[in-house]
Amino acid sequence: MTDEDQARALPELPRAHFSVPFLDIDKIIGDRETKIIICCGSGGVGKTTTSAAIALRAAEVGRKVVVLTIDPARRLAQSLGVGVLDNTPRPVPMIDTTAGGSLDAMMLDMKGTFDDVVIAHSTPEKAEAILQNQFYVALSSEFSGTQEYMAMEKLGQLHSEAEAHGTWDLIVVDTPPARSALDFLDAPEHLSSLLDGRFLRLLLPPARGPLRLMSAGFSMMSAVITKILGAQIINDVKTFVRAFEALFGGFRQRATATFQLLSSRHSTFMVVATPQHDALREAAYFVDRLTEEGMPISGMVINRVHTSALALSPERALALAEDLAGTSAALEIEALRRHANLMRLIAGETRQIERFASARPTVAQTQVQALPTDVTDFSALRRVGSLLADKD
Amino acid sequence: MTPRHTWHIVSGKGGTGKTTIACALACALATSGRRVLVCEVEGRQGISQLFDVPPLAGAEERRISRTPAGGAVYGLAIDAEDALIEYLDTFYHLSIAGKALDRFGAVDFATSIAPGLRDVLLTGKVYEAVRRKIKNRPNAYDAVVLDASPTGRIAQFLNVNAAVAGLAKAGPIRNQADSIMRLLRSTTTTVHLVTLLEEMPVTETEEAIAALRPTQIRLGSLIENMVTPTPLDRDQLEKAAAGSVILKVPRLTIKQNQALASEFAIEAARTLQEQQRLDRLAALGLPLVEIAFDHGGIDEGAIFAIAEQLIDQMSLETA
Repeated sequence: MTDEDQARALPELPRAHFSVPFLDIDKIIGDRETKIIICCGSGGVGKTTTSAAIALRAAEVGRKVVVLTIDPARRLAQSLGVGVLDNTPRPVPMIDTTAGGSLDAMMLDMKGTFDDVVIAHSTPEKAEAILQNQFYVALSSEFSGTQEYMAMEKLGQLHSEAEAHGTWDLIVVDTPPARSALDFLDAPEHLSSLLDGRFLRLLLPPARGPLRLMSAGFSMMSAVITKILGAQIINDVKTFVRAFEALFGGFRQRATATFQLLSSRHSTFMVVATPQHDALREAAYFVDRLTEEGMPISGMVINRVHTSALALSPERALALAEDLAGTSAALEIEALRRHANLMRLIAGETRQIERFASARPTVAQTQVQALPTDVTDFSALRRVGSLLADKD
Repeated sequence: MTPRHTWHIVSGKGGTGKTTIACALACALATSGRRVLVCEVEGRQGISQLFDVPPLAGAEERRISRTPAGGAVYGLAIDAEDALIEYLDTFYHLSIAGKALDRFGAVDFATSIAPGLRDVLLTGKVYEAVRRKIKNRPNAYDAVVLDASPTGRIAQFLNVNAAVAGLAKAGPIRNQADSIMRLLRSTTTTVHLVTLLEEMPVTETEEAIAALRPTQIRLGSLIENMVTPTPLDRDQLEKAAAGSVILKVPRLTIKQNQALASEFAIEAARTLQEQQRLDRLAALGLPLVEIAFDHGGIDEGAIFAIAEQLIDQMSLETA
């Protein structure tokens, strides 16, 4: 029997058959009207790597790119030259600039960004009072939405700088690992409504305007809060709120502006996932939510898809391993077992991807095969970039 | 025999399977006649999804599984706002005021602007479940398992004292935080970290341990999840990884054998990397627990199978 006969005699193996559109990364980065690419998805799916790979590929086809990363793995950060968290975009050395592009990278310093906002929008005395306040310290370093909010704030700043000085023509944004699909879009609104909210207004005596009518109710409320939290907390909050008051309007305004920027035709979202049930379920939430909000989605990046060049079913591989049991062919047995595991994994992944695709057939997809090693250097990033852009 | 620890806290980087391990640990602890509670705090409904039961609504403690050993596992999804309203009701009989505060946005405000407060409320609810007494039993639950924050935030999450230190120097919240911290530091509480033998999860595990040490909360086991065991030794793996083995599987063509060998080279290289990371984990000086990768996917049966592995490898009981 020849190889070909043998191959033909093998059973049909599970393999992805996609009628879904292809997510053409090269077309997107080649389009000069694309000015912002946002990579979102649940934690651990390779968002940072995807963002860095897209940014590098875009820079090497001639775009002037800045990539905003949130929490890169240390070695990836080092190879991008953003090992230090300092909020300043720095040129990435060693990229291929023959097409006239450039690449800057930065790592988001959440608290630093927040501090900058405070300093830029208040008097030195007020800024000092805010920066010292315990509530501000907690809010700026720990609030569950602050990272999302500050990523958007930073995006706004980078965009203004790009527009004003032409420093960049493409911003690639990696998003924080949101706890849920909603966090990322809701955090700015949530934060600004908190800071601008009724409750804070109530804490600020004397109440103005229509709120004065509530003040009887409020003194009851204030008494309750004081009883529970202690008078000192209330005083701290009041100091914080008073100092922060001037910033309220600005926060809301910028949150709205960023939202508009994200909805514009110059922006596009890519939802990143891996071919596992949980990650794809999260991705589905993202896709649905972005669609609901009228945000422009270019499609899905499915990372770490396993492949095999050997068309041998898991059942047959295990049968062959069984035939060898008790012989000295330990390596053969182990290789066959591993192959069987891999084929089962591939079958599971294919099933997950097909289920996703059948529920959302209009969402374009590109797949990146699982790489044998971690992506920590430039050549690996380039390889991810070409896998992203490759239709097969 | 009694459970050695009555409060197990499980953390791990996202994607390492910490919720699966937390649920399996709850099943492992639920031996004959025991009641074990498993709680989640991130609003993911991970527990109900794993056991394929309807979502756990706010403050509801519902039985989600009966273990083969004859115990019962209860599930609870803790929400900070519900916890605050319950806290107000329990300590101040203020459920109506609590709801009024909620309407004013105060609950959202309190739990958002002071995340330390949020953590105190979440851990406070678990604290309450651990210490709850019921008629004819020493405790409502024989053990409580908390599917906690990811490793990146775990030390911050558990360090409730520090979280409220700047915010509440005295008063009831402070007292509550102090009580929680005492229980967290007691000999009956332990923290387990779940990891994969991959670069980022192992690095985060190392960082989480360094961050947890100063909190004086006792560390339990390092649980390596989704491990593929190999019968081969390092020498054989190195040769395979280098591509210098020629496989001769009878009834496969030469080409097929070559394809199998190059696929196996990648597998062997990965296994070698995993072994190096295992050495790094071993250097951390904590007991290692190995959970085999389940190729069939995770359902209740798979959770029970993981529970068996946990029982075999962890000392869950004390005489």
